[in-house]
Amino acid sequence: MIKLKVNGVSRQFDGDPDMPLLWYLRDEISLTGTKFSCGMGLCGSCTVHVNGAATRACVTPMKSMEGKAVLTIEGLSAKGDHPVQKAWKTCAVAQCGYCQPGQIMQAAALLKQKPKPSDKDIDDAMQGNICRCGTYQRIRQAVKLAAGVKA
Amino acid sequence: MSTNVTIVSRRGFLENVFSAGALILGAQLPIPAEAAKVDSAAWNPSVYLGLEKDGSVIIVTHRSEMGTGIRSVLPMVLADELDADWSRVKIEQAIGDAKYGSQNTDGSCSIRDFLEAMHVAGATARTMLEAAAAKQWNVPASECKASNHQIVHSKSNRKAGFGELVALAAKQPKPDPKSLQFKSPDQYKYIGKNLPMIDSEDIVTGKGTFGMDAKVPGMVYASIERSPVFGGKVKKFDDAEARKTKGVLQVETLDAFKPPHVFQQLGGVAVIANNTWAAMQGRKKLKVDWEQSPHAAYESQAYKRSLQETARKPQKAVRIIGDVDKALASAAKTHEAEYYVPLLAHASMEPPASVAEFKDGKVTAWAATQNPQAVQEAVAGAMGLKKEDVTCHVTLLGGGFGRKSKPDYVVEAAMLSKKVGKPVKVVWSREEDIRFDYYHACAAMYMKAGLDAKGKPTSWLHRSVFPSIGTTFDHTARYAMDLEMGMGWNDLPYDIPNHRAENGPAENHVRIGWLRSVAHIYHAFAIHSFVDELAAAANRDRVEYLLDLIGPGRKLNIQPEGMKYWNNDQPQEKYPVDTARLRRVIELAAEKSGWGKKKNLGIAAHRSFLSYIAAVAEVEVENGKIRIPRITYAVDAGTTIHPDRVKSQFEGASVFGTSIALFGEITARDGKIVQSNYHDYKVARIHEAPIETQVHVIPSRELPAGVGEPGVPPIPPAIANALFAATGKRVRDLPIKSV
Repeated sequence: MIKLKVNGVSRQFDGDPDMPLLWYLRDEISLTGTKFSCGMGLCGSCTVHVNGAATRACVTPMKSMEGKAVLTIEGLSAKGDHPVQKAWKTCAVAQCGYCQPGQIMQAAALLKQKPKPSDKDIDDAMQGNICRCGTYQRIRQAVKLAAGVKA
Repeated sequence: MSTNVTIVSRRGFLENVFSAGALILGAQLPIPAEAAKVDSAAWNPSVYLGLEKDGSVIIVTHRSEMGTGIRSVLPMVLADELDADWSRVKIEQAIGDAKYGSQNTDGSCSIRDFLEAMHVAGATARTMLEAAAAKQWNVPASECKASNHQIVHSKSNRKAGFGELVALAAKQPKPDPKSLQFKSPDQYKYIGKNLPMIDSEDIVTGKGTFGMDAKVPGMVYASIERSPVFGGKVKKFDDAEARKTKGVLQVETLDAFKPPHVFQQLGGVAVIANNTWAAMQGRKKLKVDWEQSPHAAYESQAYKRSLQETARKPQKAVRIIGDVDKALASAAKTHEAEYYVPLLAHASMEPPASVAEFKDGKVTAWAATQNPQAVQEAVAGAMGLKKEDVTCHVTLLGGGFGRKSKPDYVVEAAMLSKKVGKPVKVVWSREEDIRFDYYHACAAMYMKAGLDAKGKPTSWLHRSVFPSIGTTFDHTARYAMDLEMGMGWNDLPYDIPNHRAENGPAENHVRIGWLRSVAHIYHAFAIHSFVDELAAAANRDRVEYLLDLIGPGRKLNIQPEGMKYWNNDQPQEKYPVDTARLRRVIELAAEKSGWGKKKNLGIAAHRSFLSYIAAVAEVEVENGKIRIPRITYAVDAGTTIHPDRVKSQFEGASVFGTSIALFGEITARDGKIVQSNYHDYKVARIHEAPIETQVHVIPSRELPAGVGEPGVPPIPPAIANALFAATGKRVRDLPIKSV
C-alpha cells in the first residue's frame, strides 16, 4: 500500500507499483489535466510537482511516491488565478492547449526557484516541454509577465 | 467503406452555403441533439442557433477545435450579427451530422466557407426578433433595433429582452435572405476585436476535455499491437504472458483492412485492461508473428533514389506554356537543381485516442477528430451499420494537423467495443503515433531553367515525384491528385513565357496523408530555393529578382493539362491568382524585416489556401548550430475576424516550418519505420524555435482565405535561403542536418 498526497488530499494506492504516477492520476483518480504524450519524459506534457519539484509523471513509478506530495494543474490554484495561469490567459498563450498544463506547471516551478528569470533561465527550464502548435514566443512572454520582468 | 470520405466531399461547398442562405435557414430544421435539453419552447432559427426563453443564446459550433480558435471565432461572428451579449452565449459542440454541411476541419477553410452563413444566421434571427417586438408594440419593424441582447424601440423608450420575444419571434416569417440587413464594420462589437477563446480558462486549469481524457462509465482500455510493416497480417500470436499482466482483462484480434485502406483499422492484436498502463504493458508482452507484407523491402535511401531517377526523366505534363524544350535549347545559360523533402510525421502532442461504445446495434463515439462525419462513415462502413447509427461527439483536439481527419483509431475503438461488450478507449502511444502515421509524402523535385542575359528565366521546367494521398482511396494510384499538383506546382505565378510542370509515378509503402499545408511544403521548398539559386547566379538582389520574376500585378488564368486547376475548389473568377497581392506581401515583408540592411536574410513568398504570404527568415550560425532570431511575415488572407488568433496561427506556423526545415525526417528500413518518439523524431523546442515571429497582416475586405496552414510553406525555403546568404552553403535536401 502506497500512501501519498495529491493536491492536499491523502490517497492510498495498492495497484501495480511500477505504474507511472501519470496513469494513476489519469485513470485511477480522474485527474486528467496531467497529459499523456510521449511516455518517456521527453515532452513535459505530464509535468506535475512532487514535493515542490517539477517532475515528469509519465516516468515516475508509484513505488517511488510513498509519503510524497503531488501537485497537479487541478491543484495549482483554487480559482485558476495562480500568477502563471493569469499570465497565460492575458498572453492568450494556448492554441490546442494539450501541452499547456505541463508548461504551466513547469513555469510555476521555475518561478518558485527563480522569481526573476532571464531569457536563458526560461529557455533552460522550458526546453523539456514541447508545444507542437509552437506557442513558445508567448510562453516566454507569459513567464516574464508572471514574474513581473520586462518582456 | 465509402470512398467519398475524402477531401473531395467538402469541395464546391461554398456556393451551397453562400448562395443559399435559404438552404440553411429556409426550413425549420430539427433541433440539434445538443440543444435537445433546451426548453421545448426554445426557438432554433438555424442549425447553428437556438434561443431559450431565459434569453440564453445557444450557438452550435460545428468545426473542430485543434488550436486555431475556430470553435470560438465563428460563433463570435453570429453573436455579433445578432447583437447578442457574448456573456449570455453558450457554445455547444456539434455532433457529426450532415445537416451542418462539411464538418471536416481541414484545408484552412472554416472562415472562408462559413463566415457568411454565420452572418446570415445572426441577421435572420435579429430580423425576426425585431419583427416580433414590432408586433408586440404595434410599431413599424424598421423602428425596432437590436442592442446588446434586447430589442429597443427608442421612440417610445420600450425594451424587450431576446428571451421575452422568443415565442413570438418563432412565429414570424423567415425573412428573404436577400432582404437581410447586415451590420456595417463600424458596428461590430466582437469581429475584429480580440475576445478570449471560450476554452482558455478550462485549458489553464486542466479542465479541458480532449479525446485522451474522454471517460464513460464501465469503460475499459485497449492498446493495440499493429504490424510493423504496412499491410502485414497476423499469422499467429502467443498472448499467455500478456494475459498474466495485472489488470489485463482479455485479448482480441482486429482484422486487417481491405485495400484501399482509407480510414479503416490497420488490424492487429488488442490487449484490453482496466487501465491504460496495464493495457500497454500487456501489449508489450504479446508475441506476434506477422505474414510477410509486400512492403517489407521498403528502404528510404533506395526509395529516394528511385524517386530522383524518375524525376530526371520526362514525365506526364500537368501544365504547359510555350515550348520549354526549344527555349532551353536556345538559352544563353541554363541552371538545374534537385530538391528532396523526406517523409514527415504529424506528432501532435495528443496521440490518437477515442472512446466508443457499441450497444443495441448502434455506436456512440467520443473522439478528438477533425471530421466527425468521416467517423460516422468509417465506423458504419467497418461494422456494417448505417451512418445514422453512429453518433460522434467531438472533444477538444490536442493538435490535429491533418492526422485527425482520418478516424482509423475511432474504428478500432468501435470494433473492440463490439467484441468486448463494453465501452472501449483506444489509446495510441507516441511510438504508435510515429510508426503508424498517415505520413506527409516524401518528394523528389527536379528543376531546370533557361536564362536570358540578365539571368531571368525564359523557360522553366519542373518535375515532382511523390507517393500520392490518392493511394489512401485507390491503392493502385501512382500519380498525383489534382489538389496535390494544384498546391503551388502547376499554378506557378511567374512571368515566364515557357513553362512545363510534370508529375512522375510513385508507389506508396506506407499510408500517405495530408499534413498542415500538404503538398505546398515540398513544392514551396523546391520553387523558392530554386528562385534563390537563380537570383544568386545572376548576382541580383533577391527581392528585386523575385518581383521581376513575378512581373506586373495581374490576375492569372491557370489552365493545367489533363486536370482541373484545384484552387481550393474555388472558381478562379472568385479567387484568382493575383500577382499584385503576391507582390504586395513581398514588399511589406522586405520593408518590415530590414531587407537590404542585413546579410543573413532569406525570403520566400507563396500563395496557398487562397492567401498570399511572404516570409523573411533571419539566421545566425554559431559552431555549426542554427539560431533563428526572427521570422517576419507579411500576410494577405483577405477578410479576417480575430486579429490575435490570425497572428497566433502564423507564430505557430513559423515554428512548425522550422521543425520541417531543421529536424523532420521519417525513414524506413525493412519496411519498418525507424523513428519512434521525440528523441529521434525531433520537433522544435523553445530554444530551437525562432525567437521572435513578427506578423504583419494587410487589412483587407477581399473574400476570406486560409490562415491555419499558409504560414508553413514559405518557412523551410526562407530558412534555407537565409543560410545560403549567411554561409554560402546551398541546402537542397531537408532536413538541414549540418551547416
